[in-house]
Amino acid sequence: MKGNEAIGEAAIAAGCRYFFGYPITPQSELPEYLARRFPEVGGVYLQAESEVAAINMVYGAAATGARVLTSSSSPGISLKQEGISYAAGSELPCLIVNIMRGGPGLGGIQPAQSDYFQATKGGGHGDYKVIVLAPASVQELADMVGTGFDLADKYRNPAMILGDGFLGQMMEPVDFAGIKKSKIVEKTWAVGCKKGRERNVHTSLYLDPEELEKHNIKLAQKYELIAENETMAQEYLTEDAEIVVVAYGLVARICKAAVEKARSEGIRAGVFRPITLWPFPQKELRKAVAAARGVLAVEMSMGQMVEDVRLCLEGRLPVRFYGRAGGMAPTTQAVYEEIKKISLECKGVE
Amino acid sequence: MEVVFQRPQALTEEKFSYCPGCHHGIIHRLVAEVIDELGIIDNTVCVSSVGCSVVNYQFFATDAIQAAHGRAPAAATGVKRASPDSIVFTYQGDGDLAAMGTAEIIHAAARNENITVVFVNNAIYGMTGGQMAPTTLKGQKTTTSPYGRDSKREGNPIRVCELLNSLDGPAYLERVSVHDPKHVIRAKKAIKKAFQLQVKGRGFSLVEVLSACPTNWHLSPLASIEWVQKELMAYYPLGVFREAGEVDGEC
Repeated sequence: MKGNEAIGEAAIAAGCRYFFGYPITPQSELPEYLARRFPEVGGVYLQAESEVAAINMVYGAAATGARVLTSSSSPGISLKQEGISYAAGSELPCLIVNIMRGGPGLGGIQPAQSDYFQATKGGGHGDYKVIVLAPASVQELADMVGTGFDLADKYRNPAMILGDGFLGQMMEPVDFAGIKKSKIVEKTWAVGCKKGRERNVHTSLYLDPEELEKHNIKLAQKYELIAENETMAQEYLTEDAEIVVVAYGLVARICKAAVEKARSEGIRAGVFRPITLWPFPQKELRKAVAAARGVLAVEMSMGQMVEDVRLCLEGRLPVRFYGRAGGMAPTTQAVYEEIKKISLECKGVE
Repeated sequence: MEVVFQRPQALTEEKFSYCPGCHHGIIHRLVAEVIDELGIIDNTVCVSSVGCSVVNYQFFATDAIQAAHGRAPAAATGVKRASPDSIVFTYQGDGDLAAMGTAEIIHAAARNENITVVFVNNAIYGMTGGQMAPTTLKGQKTTTSPYGRDSKREGNPIRVCELLNSLDGPAYLERVSVHDPKHVIRAKKAIKKAFQLQVKGRGFSLVEVLSACPTNWHLSPLASIEWVQKELMAYYPLGVFREAGEVDGEC
């Protein structure tokens, strides 16, 4: 099944019945899939007049307590930032899928990972964070839909699945039976029918500076809690690795093959794959580089995640970067060459 | 003693934050009276917009959400689609609805989205301090059209009801004014009809209410009322532009 379509089926399995979107390559198979499937399961699919309208429809539906999904690709996600900021400010949960393509501007339609900063550092205006999940396979893409909804509900915060165009377009076997039908938490804060309760109001407006600061502090405490409890990462041969390659999403799979090649040439290398990009798995990375002498960050961008790697390691290890952009992907051979280079450099240091 | 006049239940006890002579207070009261009369206070959701009425969720005693500038019809669409039993209304000014939110209002109307829009047109940006609005009249001086709006330089005012009336979608479009008691009564009928149509599932209803802004027009409240009659009503004629089907009962 195609990655984009798997997201749609997984959303149904996770109890989502509302989708508001706008077509854009390379994610259009997801709205197309839900336009076909949602009527069969009593869901509401609506094609909005713009990404701006779509995310604001999500905002309205989320306020009623509904599990609501939207998806787009990079330029469209830029347009959605307004609504994401409002949802974060009003603490309304929703799931946003970004199947990234190259930028800046209109860029291209080929896969990229150049929206890392936008996804993990807030994205829109104001002090806020979005929970960002980075799948590396179609199965994981499907699995993360439920995880994303659960985390969004648990913390009343927008969550995002950050995949690249390869993941959206590629076909892999996917098993939906394993997708846990998560319990949808009761949302006493939802608007709609206030019979027998106080009225519910959702706003991100705090005109009194003291009140707004209080609100910001409350949000910051929530983000701390998420960072404490929700980091996820996967490791491959890092235990004895002298070179740790850090990569997320599909790129991590390329790096795995490169690491195997390096091992066969006698270089002890491993892969560390952040699964949550925000919160960044700092504790896990620090542990994974315990035996390392050098770190290589590989991305389909000109170097974004590498900044979090460097912040996390605080200069304790040399961090080298290798990136391709614009729809070009790193090859196994190229990553292997980079591993060799950093391995030699680190030996030179000793 | 019999109580013959009191605060509608659909208004909270919060004091209005509006300027002297502003018509928002009258329009809020009319909306609240309609909510009371239709008995829909428990399932009404107010979608507040950005402008002078930005905090009107403090005044309406219903569930409410605050939408981004111009996006209220999109947010209201989300509420209504996910909670079809709710009565959902937006309350938007002319800057919000006819500039920033042009796409959202046109498409909500084109979809005949089953929501009600209360559109307050005072031909100026009130909250930000009297800048030119899409509805500012030709020749009208504002802080950003200090020499008077010149259609060659600043373009022409937008007539929202007429614009939306070109669409197949909307169920009800009417422009009213609240400058004297007779017109206040007419305005209330229009707002009531708009909500009733939503209750009956007839689709998109919009009531445009011409409104005075003495503060930013730099006129007294009385002179503002005259300006509404002479200038605003001349460019924005009152009347029903669209009415799909009759509504049962009195209205």
